[in-house]
Amino acid sequence: MSSLLVENLAVSYGRTEALKGITLRVEPGQIVCLIGANGAGKTTAMRALSGLLRPRAGRITFDGTDITGLRPHRIAGLGLLQVPEGRQVFAELTVAENLALGAWLVTDPSEIARRRAGVLERFPRLAERAQQYAGSLSGGEQQMLAFGRALMGAPKLLLLDEPSMGLAPILVDEIFTAIAALKAEGTTILLVEQNASAALEVADHAYVLETGRIVLSGPAATVANDRSIITAYLGG
Amino acid sequence: MLAQQLTNGLVLGATYALFALGFTLMFGVIRVINLVYGFYFTAGAFIVLFLTRTLGWPIAAALPAAALLSGCIAIVIDALLLTRLRRVGAPELSSLMVTLGAVLALYATATAVLGPDIKRFPASVIGAEAMEFASIRITQAQVLILLATAVLVGGLLALMQGTRLGLALRAMAENPDAAGLMGIDTGRLAALVSFISGALAGAGGVLIGLNFNAIQPYMGEAMMLRGFVVIIVGGLGDIRGALIAGLLLGVVEVLTAGYVASGLKEAVAFAILVAVLWFRPAGLFGRAVARRA
Repeated sequence: MSSLLVENLAVSYGRTEALKGITLRVEPGQIVCLIGANGAGKTTAMRALSGLLRPRAGRITFDGTDITGLRPHRIAGLGLLQVPEGRQVFAELTVAENLALGAWLVTDPSEIARRRAGVLERFPRLAERAQQYAGSLSGGEQQMLAFGRALMGAPKLLLLDEPSMGLAPILVDEIFTAIAALKAEGTTILLVEQNASAALEVADHAYVLETGRIVLSGPAATVANDRSIITAYLGG
Repeated sequence: MLAQQLTNGLVLGATYALFALGFTLMFGVIRVINLVYGFYFTAGAFIVLFLTRTLGWPIAAALPAAALLSGCIAIVIDALLLTRLRRVGAPELSSLMVTLGAVLALYATATAVLGPDIKRFPASVIGAEAMEFASIRITQAQVLILLATAVLVGGLLALMQGTRLGLALRAMAENPDAAGLMGIDTGRLAALVSFISGALAGAGGVLIGLNFNAIQPYMGEAMMLRGFVVIIVGGLGDIRGALIAGLLLGVVEVLTAGYVASGLKEAVAFAILVAVLWFRPAGLFGRAVARRA
């Protein structure tokens, strides 16, 4: 089981500081959630963790290896995989091709077939749609595909950026059930969500991000009962 | 008469398609309009000129060597000029301006070093005599161009549609960030695409040089305008579209020259460009870059 340590991570777009030095820790086998409003810097943090943005300062350590500033394909190669914001499936490729790309770093065909069977068992819908273009899928199906694509890479630690975004409530439940199942199988997860109540329900630990800074952290149950969190994010 | 005109048009069109292939591949996958592309074409022709005339190599050895070298030049140019722009996510206009400046500097340098006069391949390089089939005359160089175009278009389509590498290239064309998240080394693939398109341009320069047997530093520049028509009409990044648009352009030019007035053929070519963009802004054959690539 894998762990992630983020220390004083700062990211800027030109002169705009999107992250002003955040520190957080994901322990092996945990689900840690990072909640916050739109524009708080959640996606910026996720992009920096995957190497899509270069941090201005700070350090990211994955399983004891310093991965700060590594290119995205190197980070993916270590088993730190991301389901990005807005799913970002390859719309002009088929479902089967999207899944094949998820296993890009795997060369053994029987291993690829085994993982594919596992993903299709988890999300039977994808099997029915295997030859369709990903762009023709519904939002919920695309989210399943984005999940399945990441699972094809056998993640040690999975970064999930707003998996519930734009989904009907029944699909949100389905997605969070899948997240809980992944945890039960031993995958460590860092979950970014605007849907704070759903995230706090599955998470072990929570961090609250506001305009680029961590303003609160603690066990998920404690954060869920914090008065300021209830007012700001849980509609209390 | 018409059959001969159509043949000439197809050969001319094949040269346009051949020239445009690498250009459209480069745009389709790495999303960059690289105007230095025309220089790779010039480079290929001059490398073969040197190898055959000065070193006495046969064309069968000189052609692949020129393609290889042009591909390497393309990797270097891409790394020097464009890698940085890609990393900071610069808009397409930046790459356009940077490569415009670079290509003008390269042409001027080549002219200063090699001289502005038109050079020719040695007569021994390829037979000049024409063959005749059913009263259609066609030269060896023209046959070579038709064959090379068919093989290269087929090969590129097979690469893009039938291989794992092609799948990664199509993914990268659509979303380079997401491709990186899959573990695809997008920097290395960009260099590979630069190499392939540089090699295609170099080979194109040699074959078209053989056909017209007139080699001079700005020969790539003359093709570049036609190249633009072809890749825009065919749809940016669309390999099949480039082939069809290239052949159409060649046939239209030859027929205009033969039956209307030879002075009008360029006017017609660019009028087609304007008309296509007016009615179909994404090119004749639709929009889907990656799916069609």
